[in-house]
Amino acid sequence: MRRSMMFLPGNSPSMLINGCVLPADSLILDLEDAVAPDQKDAARELVRGALEHFDFGRREIVVRINDLESPYWEADLATILPGRPSVLMPPKVASGATIQKLAAALGAKEKELGLADGCFKILPLIETAMGVEKALEIAQASPRVVALFLGGEDLSADLRCPRTKEGKEIFYARTRLIVAARASGIDVIDTPFTDTDDLEGLKKDASFARSLGFSGKAVISPRHLETVNQVFSPGEKEILWAKDVMAVIAEGKRLGKGAVSLHGKMVDKPIVMRAEQILATARAIEEVR
Amino acid sequence: MDKVLKDIKQALQLAGLRDGMTLSFHHHLRNGDFVLNQVLAAADQLGFRDLHVNTSSLFDIHAPLIELIRRGVVTHLECNYMSARIGREISHGLLEDPVIFRTHGGRPADIAQGRSPIDIAFIAAPTADKMGNISGKYGPSACGSLGYAMADAAYAKKVVAVTDHLVPYPLADVSISETDVDYVVEIDRIGNPEGIVSGTTKITRDPIGLLMAQYACRAIDASGLLKDGFSFQTGAGGASLATAAFLKDLMLEKKIHGSFGMGGITAYLVQMLEEGCFESLMDVQCFDLEAVRSIREDRRHCEVSALKYAGPRPDVKSSLVDNLDVVILGATEMDKDFNVNVHTNSQGEIMGGSGGHSDTAAGAKMAMIIAPLIRARLPLIVDQLACISTPGESIDCLVTQYGLAVNPRREDLLARFKEAKLPLLTMEELQQKAESFSGKPQPLDLSGRVVGKVRYRDGRIISELHEVKD
Amino acid sequence: MQIRREAIAGTLESSDVLIKMEPSGHPLEVILSSPVKAQYGASIEAQVRQWLNEAGVSVGRVELEDKGALDCTIMARLKTCLARASEPEKAEGGQA
Repeated sequence: MRRSMMFLPGNSPSMLINGCVLPADSLILDLEDAVAPDQKDAARELVRGALEHFDFGRREIVVRINDLESPYWEADLATILPGRPSVLMPPKVASGATIQKLAAALGAKEKELGLADGCFKILPLIETAMGVEKALEIAQASPRVVALFLGGEDLSADLRCPRTKEGKEIFYARTRLIVAARASGIDVIDTPFTDTDDLEGLKKDASFARSLGFSGKAVISPRHLETVNQVFSPGEKEILWAKDVMAVIAEGKRLGKGAVSLHGKMVDKPIVMRAEQILATARAIEEVR
Repeated sequence: MDKVLKDIKQALQLAGLRDGMTLSFHHHLRNGDFVLNQVLAAADQLGFRDLHVNTSSLFDIHAPLIELIRRGVVTHLECNYMSARIGREISHGLLEDPVIFRTHGGRPADIAQGRSPIDIAFIAAPTADKMGNISGKYGPSACGSLGYAMADAAYAKKVVAVTDHLVPYPLADVSISETDVDYVVEIDRIGNPEGIVSGTTKITRDPIGLLMAQYACRAIDASGLLKDGFSFQTGAGGASLATAAFLKDLMLEKKIHGSFGMGGITAYLVQMLEEGCFESLMDVQCFDLEAVRSIREDRRHCEVSALKYAGPRPDVKSSLVDNLDVVILGATEMDKDFNVNVHTNSQGEIMGGSGGHSDTAAGAKMAMIIAPLIRARLPLIVDQLACISTPGESIDCLVTQYGLAVNPRREDLLARFKEAKLPLLTMEELQQKAESFSGKPQPLDLSGRVVGKVRYRDGRIISELHEVKD
Repeated sequence: MQIRREAIAGTLESSDVLIKMEPSGHPLEVILSSPVKAQYGASIEAQVRQWLNEAGVSVGRVELEDKGALDCTIMARLKTCLARASEPEKAEGGQA
């Protein structure tokens, strides 16, 4: 479950420790944009220490490394991986080859550390025009890829358009990523909403993202977590509907009926799958509480 | 006839000041108060020594007191709260005689019952007339309520009003009446009203503070106390105020009409009054200028004496704290038995005091502590407290960012919180959690001589403060 | 490893520590200032000395200005600082 994925700057001890209590489904410990070039070494050690010593509970731990064109990423991996983060997030991914290169490095490191092959997952951050166009290739470049992640700020710069709250300029990229991710059977995470004080705007933006098909949303302010979690959680009505669907299916099975309907609407396979997803998410949320 | 004298020195002489006498003050002007310093400077210039000072609170602005103590002008202190600047000096052995720390309810009770007699009380009067009718609500140094000064005015042998805003007789809206006042002195400025705003009256933006406030609000919701007639007190402090803000939204959403809000009053409680969360506010002191405006303009915002606010039975027949549903309080340290220290910092140096902490904890149906489990590495929960300010038997629950602990004595609350799926831990578990991050702290050395005594609201000395070695 | 040159790591923000190292030509000197010195000073100093000892550092001056950092933060800053301090003299400015 990745309703909310919260960025934490990798070189800030007080923010990293906050990660142990914030209600985020995933934490992204950032070695890239949040860390100045001359502090990359310090941030790596700090994140490694946090990975080894902090109890982050059920939260999924992602480390955003520096991009594979930069001089930093190999040192990032060398220091971080012994701390065993679940997921690595490479930024500015624009091709499947980049993912394969990273996957190979992770595979080598797994051997060295005596870990199971494929245990380090990859969450590509797609934030360039080329990355958007190659979304499907990226999603399918390695079985390690667990989701696609849209970065709207860098993307709009690359598109040479202003980034707006309405987000019309990233509509194509959003839907393209969703389709590529869903076609590959993986999650897809929306870009963060950057106005930390506008909770109404956040709710609107997140609701729209969910309606398009996103699994969750990146978060850069802790104050956004509650709203984002709420938007990406199934509502009471949805859960009731899903329970009804499962009930009529069970009843149909019992009576040996081939086709069943709910409120006069045929319950077919996609509907059952949707209901199962809703109930699985609801159960996961209940566990986190 | 009028009671106006030419200066403070004349007032001291006419009031009959002698060596060894007790002077009293109050702290509504908080860190903007000029009166205490000016009175003691005048007494010093007149050559008096061995004076005893009894005041509701001492702030950093009162630092000139340190020099007066060194020179033997002042030899004994009694107060309910002492901020860090003077506190540090006391903890490092400045004063031979231990400081007596009371509570906001215990102090006026002791004064009224004659257990702590006052020779001359000085009332910092934001507005006064020539006969000594006093109000805190008007004038350039307006501070709102004068609740803490009322017992001093009523029971001191001599009472001097010190004002910077002398108005024609008779002042209509009176907090302290001419019937109690002997002399009036006019000076240039009694204080700086900006100093009455304490540094901690803003809602926190810190995510941990907000998280704790959310837990606190859910706990209040689950307690069964949040219904029509609800009464509530919260101190100033980021997370407490954030709780008030969340609580306001919840009360409006659930259309709950509370009875009263109390305490040091902030803009947030004023807002709750104005939006219909409460019928009235019971105000013993104003924490910001918005509260001062409200107490002046809104009849539902009432000035109350410290005795009515928090006086202990049987010294009073009853007081407001006995009818309080929920109070939110802070803590610098706690032990596993829910005892709270709000007197010292982690080094054992004085930087606070009970104020109304133990009075409201004793009275409220649910006394809730809200405090981060770790502050800059230091665990909140320690094996031995430097001082017990409020006994654990009067505390019902603790809210931290890692979850809540309920006093085992409150099985009913525990059941309700469980039902509401609040994250519950024991004090032992919380302590272990903190120590898993921080390691076990070395205990403080409490072998120094006694420099302070904590006198509980019933008159018992429940704890002693020790000298901190350099 | 050796402290070959002056280096710093960390910050003065709450829960962090600023560590300075410099060569001194004298046996290892560890200077700690901390708001939690009474509770954790001895344990911090012992850990710092032990870790530096294991890293082979026996000469130099190490100054920690602590703001309530946890042990894992202190260790992370120490590693970074020593890595920086043990680098051979960098080419700076116009020098080749």
